Amino acid sequence: MRLLAVIGATVLGFLAAIGRVAMFAVDTVSHLIRAPWYPKEFGNQLIQIGYLSLPVVGLTTIFTGGALALQIYAGGARFSAEAVVPQIVAIGMVRELGPVLVGLMIAARVTSSIAAEIATMKVTEQIDALVTLSTNPMKYLTLPRVLAATLVMPVLVAIGDIIGIMGGYLVGVNRLGFNAATYLKNTLDFLEPLDIISSLSKGAVFGFIAALMGCYFGMRSARGAAGVGAATKGAVVAASVLILAANFVLTELFFAA
Amino acid sequence: MIELQDVHKSFGPKHVLRGVNLSVPRGESMVIIGGSGTGKSVAIKCVLGLITPDSGSVTVDGQDVTKLRQGSSERDAFLARFGMLFQGGALFDSLTVWQNVAFRLLRGSLKKPKKEAREIAIEKLRRVGLTPDVADLYPAELSGGMQKRVGLARAIAAEPEIIFFDEPTTGLDPIMSGVINDLIREIVVEMGATAMTITHDMTSVRAIADKVAMLHGGKIRGTGPVADMDNSGDPYLAQFISGSADGPIEAVR
Ligand SMILES: Nc1ncnc2c1ncn2[C@@H]1O[C@H](COP(=O)(O)OP(=O)(O)OP(=O)(O)O)[C@@H](O)[C@H]1O
Ligand SMILES: [Mg+2]
Repeated sequence: MRLLAVIGATVLGFLAAIGRVAMFAVDTVSHLIRAPWYPKEFGNQLIQIGYLSLPVVGLTTIFTGGALALQIYAGGARFSAEAVVPQIVAIGMVRELGPVLVGLMIAARVTSSIAAEIATMKVTEQIDALVTLSTNPMKYLTLPRVLAATLVMPVLVAIGDIIGIMGGYLVGVNRLGFNAATYLKNTLDFLEPLDIISSLSKGAVFGFIAALMGCYFGMRSARGAAGVGAATKGAVVAASVLILAANFVLTELFFAA
Repeated sequence: MIELQDVHKSFGPKHVLRGVNLSVPRGESMVIIGGSGTGKSVAIKCVLGLITPDSGSVTVDGQDVTKLRQGSSERDAFLARFGMLFQGGALFDSLTVWQNVAFRLLRGSLKKPKKEAREIAIEKLRRVGLTPDVADLYPAELSGGMQKRVGLARAIAAEPEIIFFDEPTTGLDPIMSGVINDLIREIVVEMGATAMTITHDMTSVRAIADKVAMLHGGKIRGTGPVADMDNSGDPYLAQFISGSADGPIEAVR
């Protein structure tokens, strides 16, 4: 009986949390169509979330693309199918690894910093101060971050996809003896529009999740330094798990025949 | 006219406000005193709607504060009449000092050209005893007392009708405290603003109050003109003024 009660309470708590997040998301999006807007904040966030994430996106995807080429070559060699390296690297990067890796890196880099910043603002009464200065924190803090992340993530994912494929290409041509022109031709011929559409859509969804979790946990931070730490940890964990879950759902939607 | 009627507020098991009744007429300077942790800051946050009371009513000129929906335009208009100095300053650390002070003047309904906003900010900084060269610093580069004064400058920048000061002189040297006391008095007398100030500094109380209210045990123990403060006959108030450890107020709370 006791155990049932505990399980029941956990499930209810979980459902309530989902409800709160959903309401937070709806509230955020509703400010898109309600003035005032803060374009300068939005511009700052485009730079913070987009431009400044480029190095980390480039580094993670190039190494992964290279490793992927090596593994596919080694695995393919067992069925004398080494020639598929360009095609499989392209599909693997564009459909899955590009969006997921960039999504997780953004969760690490952007979600954490959004959560820590907003939680600190909450703890030091800066959020209250915003309200008393007739500025809605959802408009001034949340919407610019969520919107910027949603719009800029497809671009980051596209760049990540390209650099990842380039990593595969460099390994393929320099280590595995592929012909440069053939490698590129095989890559381009094999990719379909749906691959690219799915990749960019995943990017947008992951960007939305990453920024939303940062803001949500930041705004709900408990008091004190421990509160900020817990908010940041919670935001990164929630964003990472939700990104992976959303990735599965989106793959199912796009590719399950 | 600010009116609190039978306001209760608990945080978990901690019953902080237990039926606060207080009214502040327009144009008057009310000072709230009371022991640390008795809920003075919570009380003024209830007036601003930053904290929602568990029960009781808070009205400003007859308008019920708790009925204003968060983020609604009525609430924004309502808050545009207020200025608030937070106990911890609550400066935006991503903005420079002058951008903090001019926050209201740089966006929203009171928006002014940038140059003009900056000039107003520097003028307000001067009034709290800060030189123009702090304008381009970030809050983290200032001392605690300087941050407090920037917070004060921000609270008065848009010339609000109603101003709340949460411990305006805590952490300031005696001379600067004098300057700030004069400034608060000036704002009430010259601009006709309604002020609610929380302070532990008895010199400040005498300098800025029209009336004094004492919060103890979650209730207002009494309100009266500052002139009557010293012979109120209330042992709690007398102990508070003298700062003695002996008396009805326990030192360990
Ligand atoms: N957001 C909150 N969550 C939980 N408890 C709170 C919160 N805000 C205030 N409290 C509690 O309410 C009580 C009153 O706090 P408040 O800040 O109003 O005290 P105060 O009278 O302003 O004291 P001081 O003179 O030290 O500033 C404290 O015990 C505090 O722990
Ligand atoms: Mg206080």
